[in-house]
Amino acid sequence: MLPLVLIAIPLAGAAAAYLVSSNRVRPALLPLVTFAHLAATLYALSLPNPAVAEGWLTLDPLGRVILLTVSLLFSGCSLYAFPYLILHVTRSNRILCACLLSMLAAMSAVAHAQHVGFLWVSMEATALAGAPLIYFRRTPQAIEAMWKYLLLSSIGIALGLLGSFFLAYAAMAGGQEASLFFPDLIANAPGFSQPWLRAAFVVLLIGYGTKMGLAPMHTWKPDAYGEAPGIVGAVLAGGLTSCAFLAIVRFTMIMNAADQGAIASRFLLILGLMSMAVAAAFLTRQQDIKRMLAYSSIEHMGLLVIGLAMGGAGIYGAMLHVLNNALTKGLLFLAAGNLHRSFGSKSINEVRGAFRRAPRSAVLFFVGFLAIVGSPPFGPFLSLFSILQGIFATHHFAIGACVVLLLWTIFISMGHTVLRVLQGGAASAPAVDERNALITPVALLAIVVLLLGVWLPEPLSRLIHEAAAFVEGRS
Amino acid sequence: MVKLLLILMVFLNFYALGTSRMRAFIQVCGMQGLLLGMLTFSIHDHFVWRHAAVALLTLVIKGIIIPAMLFRAIREVRIRREVEPILGFVPSLLLGGIGTALSMIYAERLPLVNPLSDTLVVATSFSTILTGFILIVTRQKAISQVVGYLILENGIFVFGLLLMQSTPFLVELGVLLDVFVGVFIMGIIINYIQRTFSSIDTTHLETLKE
Repeated sequence: MLPLVLIAIPLAGAAAAYLVSSNRVRPALLPLVTFAHLAATLYALSLPNPAVAEGWLTLDPLGRVILLTVSLLFSGCSLYAFPYLILHVTRSNRILCACLLSMLAAMSAVAHAQHVGFLWVSMEATALAGAPLIYFRRTPQAIEAMWKYLLLSSIGIALGLLGSFFLAYAAMAGGQEASLFFPDLIANAPGFSQPWLRAAFVVLLIGYGTKMGLAPMHTWKPDAYGEAPGIVGAVLAGGLTSCAFLAIVRFTMIMNAADQGAIASRFLLILGLMSMAVAAAFLTRQQDIKRMLAYSSIEHMGLLVIGLAMGGAGIYGAMLHVLNNALTKGLLFLAAGNLHRSFGSKSINEVRGAFRRAPRSAVLFFVGFLAIVGSPPFGPFLSLFSILQGIFATHHFAIGACVVLLLWTIFISMGHTVLRVLQGGAASAPAVDERNALITPVALLAIVVLLLGVWLPEPLSRLIHEAAAFVEGRS
Repeated sequence: MVKLLLILMVFLNFYALGTSRMRAFIQVCGMQGLLLGMLTFSIHDHFVWRHAAVALLTLVIKGIIIPAMLFRAIREVRIRREVEPILGFVPSLLLGGIGTALSMIYAERLPLVNPLSDTLVVATSFSTILTGFILIVTRQKAISQVVGYLILENGIFVFGLLLMQSTPFLVELGVLLDVFVGVFIMGIIINYIQRTFSSIDTTHLETLKE
């Protein structure tokens, strides 16, 4: 019953947003609905884990992490969206509000989905809800970004379906009952036809990897994140990618159960390292702050799958990093959105001297930058450290060296761009417009990211540990 | 009967790769939809209501509604030909031929439930998916890419034939929904692109790059 409520709350909110006719009243629905969703999520997390996942919708330990991440991120973003949309009241926000809330509903469905087909349908719904969001500005560039996003997502979704078919055929060819519920798949995996299972994994990894934005299927990401409003970038980079990662984790679990874990790890590692390398290459001399964040998102998706490939501490790190990355990306995209709004540009040639001209946004942007490159005392430091620990504990020294080197390169290149934004500029340049209402929600996210780094509350720590144990099949 | 339909499917792939006329291109995709409907209907020896319903839906949506939408789109934006694809028509045909041959060889090597009947289905499916990919990558008009995507989906649906007895209805329905919504939305975008750039050539869509 509770899973349905979690999906129904935002869905009803989306319908209401579509029906409300006033541009000023409608944005108020966003915080209202997302906080109701957050309350329901926290209640769901307080219940004990189900012993066995039954039926189509069950919240298992892995789904819990994703649900919490998505719900927190949306709550933070909705606090920002409300004043933001009131400022832009001349442009209709009907589609934006309805799509944001539908996306939250679809993501809650992804977190609960226990069936391959249902997971696929929910992922498709998140992808579809994303397209109008990217198109919010209605510029030619926004159309181009939406076209690329839709074409690549559709291909990714189509491959996801093909992979699911392969999985069903693997069961049939192995003479197993063709149940597509995840607990059954994990139990029956050893009896599957192994060549078909491997083929299924590769196709699923490419399909859902496209949605996650792993290189080389990442090309839609810089355009989509670059052209969409900051708030949309935040929910895509923090929410959509986390949901796609959930799918990849589930399929990796099936591979592990069938004793094909080594092959799965190899593919995950290749894509992970490639993503980090592509990000490092394109972050060098990046001129656009939002595109910079998109490449940073590609980098962190790479880190997540590397953590997953490593097992042990790597998986714990990856689970924690889902949460940290999502909230930090939310912080960064909203801060970048503020700078974009204040300066009327997102190119570093025009956004200069932010420390002097827009001090509060600049400080928040800088805090986000420090957090995302993994410096203490912020949340991502802990999770990145865990992932590195996972790499070195399993004696993958060469990979560890590569990862550290890439992290270091990315730190320098991002630092170069960020410092150009923050410093410099003519001393006489006037201060730009900064709104309190648009600063406070971002500051709240920054505080949460900092708190996660200095003090992990016991229930949260248990949640992450349970999820890691679940993924490793220890629970 | 099933074999004949599958071979026709592969034949249509080649036709799609080789033609420059937009109408013929869309017709190919529609005919594949009709074939898919017939395949779904005829792949089982006995009559099952559920399969018949899926077959009919496929036939109507993939074979009639979507091609009609695409025809309307090209009439509105007045394009007749795919000009200057990134990869010429002859090279794409060659690539498609090699791909089909490889699909045949690969399908023979995979462990199949019924090697006799399944091999051709799997090979047709892979070859069609590959054709779709080639078309998406090498064509420049937005509408050609949509047709390429539909052919890719047809290929996936061919594979789905093997699972008609074991997969739940949800997956079958998901396929149809996907096609419908995907094209619907893409159709809207094509309109937007048209309005903004006065053309539906995706080469205009390259201001966003590094």
